[in-house]
Amino acid sequence: MNRHLLSIHDVSAQDIVRILDTAESFREVGSRVIKKVPALRGRTVVNLFYENSTRTRISFELAAKRLSADVINFTTSGSSVSKGESLKDTALTLQAMGADAIVIRHSSSGAPLTLTRWVNGSVLNAGDGTHEHPTQALLDLYTMRDRLGRLDGLRVAVVGDVLHSRVARSLSFALVKMGAETTLVGPPTLIPPEAPAWGVQVSHDLGSVLPKLDVCYMLRVQTERQRQQFFPSVREYSRLFGLTRDRVGLLPEGALVMHPGPMNRGVEIDSDVADLPRSVIEEQVTNGIAIRMSLLYLLLGGSGAEGGGDA
Amino acid sequence: MPERLVFRGARVVDPASGRDEVADVAVVDGLVASDAGAGATVLDCDGLVLSPGLVDLHTHLRQPGREDKETVETGCRAAALGGFTAVSPMANTDPVADHAGVIHEVRDLGRAAGLCDVFPVGAITRGLAGEAMAEIGEMVEAGVRIFSDDGRCVPTARMLRNALTYSRAFDGVLIAEHCEDASLAEDGQMHEGLHSYSLGLAGQPREAEEVIVARDLAVARLAGGRLHLCHLSSAGSVEMVRRAKAQGLRVTAEVTPHHLVFSEEDLLTYDTNVKVNPPLRALEDRDALRAALVDGTIDAVATDHAPHAVEDKEVEFDQAPPGTIGLETALSAVLTHLVEPGTMSLTRAIEAMSTAPARILGASGHGGPIEPGRPANLVAFDPAAEWTVEPPFASRSRNSAFLGRRLRGRVIHTVYAGDLVVADGKAQR
Repeated sequence: MNRHLLSIHDVSAQDIVRILDTAESFREVGSRVIKKVPALRGRTVVNLFYENSTRTRISFELAAKRLSADVINFTTSGSSVSKGESLKDTALTLQAMGADAIVIRHSSSGAPLTLTRWVNGSVLNAGDGTHEHPTQALLDLYTMRDRLGRLDGLRVAVVGDVLHSRVARSLSFALVKMGAETTLVGPPTLIPPEAPAWGVQVSHDLGSVLPKLDVCYMLRVQTERQRQQFFPSVREYSRLFGLTRDRVGLLPEGALVMHPGPMNRGVEIDSDVADLPRSVIEEQVTNGIAIRMSLLYLLLGGSGAEGGGDA
Repeated sequence: MPERLVFRGARVVDPASGRDEVADVAVVDGLVASDAGAGATVLDCDGLVLSPGLVDLHTHLRQPGREDKETVETGCRAAALGGFTAVSPMANTDPVADHAGVIHEVRDLGRAAGLCDVFPVGAITRGLAGEAMAEIGEMVEAGVRIFSDDGRCVPTARMLRNALTYSRAFDGVLIAEHCEDASLAEDGQMHEGLHSYSLGLAGQPREAEEVIVARDLAVARLAGGRLHLCHLSSAGSVEMVRRAKAQGLRVTAEVTPHHLVFSEEDLLTYDTNVKVNPPLRALEDRDALRAALVDGTIDAVATDHAPHAVEDKEVEFDQAPPGTIGLETALSAVLTHLVEPGTMSLTRAIEAMSTAPARILGASGHGGPIEPGRPANLVAFDPAAEWTVEPPFASRSRNSAFLGRRLRGRVIHTVYAGDLVVADGKAQR
């Protein structure tokens, strides 16, 4: 494995299997009364969040704490960054303090890669601009494999604002890498015209795609895109590309509904649909902790038996 | 002090006269002479090429306003070391060069530096705001030949029409346009295509340039005047210029060394030093630019030397300003990537970097011919010398797209107005 996880391109299919398998053994830790293993005792993990993200930050924080790492949360509001400190100076400061891993969330695409120029520790991309969100993609793969037993040959649609979605990029790259048949669905204004070069298919007709799926993955649509005229109205978006109560019936039995959260209920997904048994949205959140434990463990070269039992 | 110099045994490449031969060239009292007489300084130029000094149509010297990035003096020193004997600093300074006061200031600073001629560019519109025409006549009286809102596009066809039409009152004046449709280019960080989508960077499609090139050529047909198109980046733009020239329109065009060398593929590591505007495009665009420069559709190479402070460039990609310095690498880049592989002749390269821009600028003392009685603005360079681009630069900034690259061809001597301002690769002042 690479020292950093900046993009799904940093991991091979073999690495992905290893990450998911390692997560499998860490998931059990979360069901214990004492949810902690000593695998990263004495190591320091910094959560460097330039964008607000409650769920991803908490997920990483829990993952690091369950591995017994020391965790520092560095959010930009109320910090030196709000006083105008540059990414470089923040990085040099964290470097000087001996951070073993830096988990970065940033609104600028490429910021995690830029950060690696200034620090020696591992850098984990927790979402950068409209580029990638690789840990989200890995937890999604974990959830799919856990529920459906395989990734190879799975038929997955990623529906919504692919153009601006870092989740869609990482997930598409990861699915293609694992042999899944991936279709991007959305209005043509929100699908990159060059997307077929990623190895995916493109459709603008959700209804015709749904009956052939194992997984329907809904992306959050930002209503601000309407103001930018990517689509005429939220209402029309929901009509054409929302997973409505009526439309969800087109999915085959056993097919999953997924969403990276936070959801816009009533926009890209109907409230009732989100709460169906086939919706595994909360499982995604739970699995996220195990995946992030796995990644921190593997990237930081944690000692002890893989699975991090009672080392 | 003007000196008496003899460049002995250089290969003299002089596009204006068609000369390409090994010869001695003498300089006396600021002029090329037939003989320097006894006691002249003799410079052994065996293996060197001697040509008219280079002329840059498109330079950012940042003074007044951002002297931390560059000053007229440091920029002129970079120019001299790059073989340039004339530069044209753009008007987007602070305050904007939209009146004679700033023009005089910049030119006086250039004279004080004494390293090359400085021909300031005047703004087309006041404050570069695109709303009201600047006092072009007053700036023409102050010696300005090129007017440009560079950094920004003239926003409306109407404003461009009026500027082109008005400029016809003055001989030799041209309107230089930065072709970029604001609504298509908005927030664009790089060329729009597979790579921008994969990198998650907002794209700027080539059509952002092409719709303005199309508009401007149509407006130039309507208005007359002389239109010059800055830093072309797309194959489609080149094709339109080719057609317009064939139809007899008075239009000229330039291309930067970085657009001739790099492509969107050089951005895969989010290196802010190769973030430029217009963005580096696809390989087929780069190849079309090369072909257009060779066949004369694009008249000149211009550096778009754009110094930026380290702290402005060492940031997140989308927060970095676009631009690369270029004065110290332009000649080497062209020699390495176009002349050396045989894409372009050495004579055409010198023409595109000296003779053609001097003619466009109306800088009669530059661009050759190298003949007795002509002003001695010359460069001698070693086409075989290899070097690695790295700091320190003479420029006050170091944001070079070529950082770390090997280039072939190095300036040895630069003569400006008869003065040896660069000798043995070192600035003399």
